[in-house]
Amino acid sequence: MNIVMFLAPFSLGLGLIAVAAFWWSLKAGQYEDPAGDAARILVEDPEDRPG
Amino acid sequence: MALIGDAVRADLGAFLKAHKEGGPTLDLLVPDVRCAGCMSKIEREVSALPDVAAARLNLTQKRLAVTFRSDAGDPGAVVAALTRLGYPATPFDPGAAREAHDREGRQLVLALAVAGFGAMNTMMFSVPIWAGLFGQELGPATRTLMMWFSGIVGAPCAIYAGLPFFRSAWRSLKARRANMDVPITVGVLLTLAISFSETILGGRDAYFDAAVSLLFLLLIGRWLEHRLRARASSAAADLLALQAPTATVLGPDDELIARPLADVQPGDRLLLRPGERVPVDSRVLSGASELDNGLLTGETVPVAVRLGSVCRAGALNLSGALRLVAMARSEDSAVAAIARLVEAGAQSRSRYVRLADKAAAIYVPVVHTVALLTFLGGWAVGLGPREALIRAVAVLIVTCPCALGLAVPAVQITASSRLFRRGVLVKSGAALERLAEVDHVIFDKTGVLTLGYPRLLNPMSSPVKMAAPLARASSHPLARTLAAEAGAGPLADDVVEFPGQGVEGTIGGRRARLGRAQFVGVDTAGAQTEIWFGFEGETKIRFRFADTLRPDVAGVVASLMARGLTVEVLSGDLAGPVAHAAEMAGIAEWRAGCTPQDKAARIDELSRAGRKVLMVGDGLNDAGALAKAHAAMAPGTALEASQNAADLVFSGERLAPVVEAIEVAESARRRALENFGFAALYNALAAPAAILGLVNPFVAAIAMSGSSLVVTLNALRTGLRR
Repeated sequence: MNIVMFLAPFSLGLGLIAVAAFWWSLKAGQYEDPAGDAARILVEDPEDRPG
Repeated sequence: MALIGDAVRADLGAFLKAHKEGGPTLDLLVPDVRCAGCMSKIEREVSALPDVAAARLNLTQKRLAVTFRSDAGDPGAVVAALTRLGYPATPFDPGAAREAHDREGRQLVLALAVAGFGAMNTMMFSVPIWAGLFGQELGPATRTLMMWFSGIVGAPCAIYAGLPFFRSAWRSLKARRANMDVPITVGVLLTLAISFSETILGGRDAYFDAAVSLLFLLLIGRWLEHRLRARASSAAADLLALQAPTATVLGPDDELIARPLADVQPGDRLLLRPGERVPVDSRVLSGASELDNGLLTGETVPVAVRLGSVCRAGALNLSGALRLVAMARSEDSAVAAIARLVEAGAQSRSRYVRLADKAAAIYVPVVHTVALLTFLGGWAVGLGPREALIRAVAVLIVTCPCALGLAVPAVQITASSRLFRRGVLVKSGAALERLAEVDHVIFDKTGVLTLGYPRLLNPMSSPVKMAAPLARASSHPLARTLAAEAGAGPLADDVVEFPGQGVEGTIGGRRARLGRAQFVGVDTAGAQTEIWFGFEGETKIRFRFADTLRPDVAGVVASLMARGLTVEVLSGDLAGPVAHAAEMAGIAEWRAGCTPQDKAARIDELSRAGRKVLMVGDGLNDAGALAKAHAAMAPGTALEASQNAADLVFSGERLAPVVEAIEVAESARRRALENFGFAALYNALAAPAAILGLVNPFVAAIAMSGSSLVVTLNALRTGLRR
């Protein structure tokens, strides 16, 4: 039974990390331009082109 | 295009914003970007301009943010570069209001995240407890431990995620009303309290997970509603930014300064080129021209203005450049009388009770009475106060208006997304509800039944081609229409523009003139809606223009009538053109020469007779009627005041969006009523079960999420094309 005392806080910690990560992504403006982010992946960066 | 071309010439310094770090920034609206290719092309070209430090395009909002290296940066060059690439752009000011709105949205999303975390993690501890309910091995000590865990995680999350509801419930109670948030608040707080007391007393019914997941589901509904409002307001702001960006103010040395409308002060000297709209009420200092007051009064016959004439804001300058002196600020301009009508209308509209609030008015007292009776009745038949209270709480939980809270917002966001894709902007959910009830439609003529701008009546290609080089060089609206008809091509040489008369230039070595009849050398009393063209000493050609009906008017009117709606035209124009337009559209009932007050009075008369009127109008003279009508639509070309007074704004040349909006609004109403019906059925089954003590935390969790899921799926049907 003692394992519960370890696992329960551990899983809560994981959950809190997920909430913190979401909060950070919200703050960092990652949901400001979903269409643009999807399109940017298709744009070739001139510097990245293999020589 | 007029605005864009002029913006290049004028100084756009007014739109530069000082940034905290680095150079000043400029925000531009670029409505035509669609794909990744456009995006990379624009960013590459604009970044390559001298003095530009960075350019980033937001493809979702179609906005380009440009950062300059120093104060010497030239916004005009950016706009010119974009125009050259084929993407007309307009500077705009995002404004502080939207920032505040956005903060509310972020708080909601954060509350949603916390509720989601709470729901999942509380559920994790609930599962072993539920397992215990079905006879699996779970000692009382372990069960109590699990209940403590779920309480410690669930309660703080529920308190934080519930704050938006608690605040709203408190506000509504202070106003001595009960909205849907009151039972939510009572339910959540009572549930938390009972669950804690059960945990302490070693009972087996703890509803922490139910309280949090309830809030999670409700917050989804709340957030959807917020998204709807936020998107509508930003799209409306974009439309207006495209329409009336700046006034051109003359500086002390006659230099041109572009200034946002709100910053124009009385006494400022303004330059008004042909094709521009009068920015604020003003008087003519020099120059002569004709003004089209169509948007203000509905009249299509231009009015001549000269030194000392008063120009009202919103009028379109047709022929010559004018110098004006501003007489009023933008907010005070020309709209004072109409603003009063709008205000009166807005008041009557705010008395409208929304569907969800109607449902809440029935639901709240019923549920609370049932819960109270369960407690008292249970106690009376000998259950003991503790068991009776648990049953009362179970009633509150299973009947908590999850499904009701999602029922309407989910339907309305899918309905408005569907309309948004078809070019119709819905400003609020209430607008859709009102639109569904409409039984009488009133159209304005100019700009609604008609396109609101002149079109060439005799588009024979060879004369048009002949005149096009001169037309391209002119800024007169009719010449521009002619040039647009001809498409791209060569420009005439040695062009001289005679204000109020026409243009003269050399095409292929021969002098030619384009303009009024007398100017070109024809001896007739030329009407305002025609221009003449001719080479020196040759036959003159006449181009006639008219404001034509939207292409699908007759079909739209017919399908409105087929739906059992009655249709009417109210116009400020003269009887002749109104009768003609009404006849072409197939509308029997029309009135001409209406003042703004007449229009508003007609709507009052109809609503007193119990009719629900949809007003479709674009002019300032319609603003009062738009605000008074049960529902209102305006085309995207309408003036700011009219767009503000309207519930829905549609774009494009077709009138079909009106029918489509009514169709979608009706189907949204049907879906919402179905959802209410389902929620009522669910409560009719769940409440008796809870009263009889058949509901435990496991059943509550399944029932609650199941009913929300059904309601949401039903709402999504609105988005499907049939």
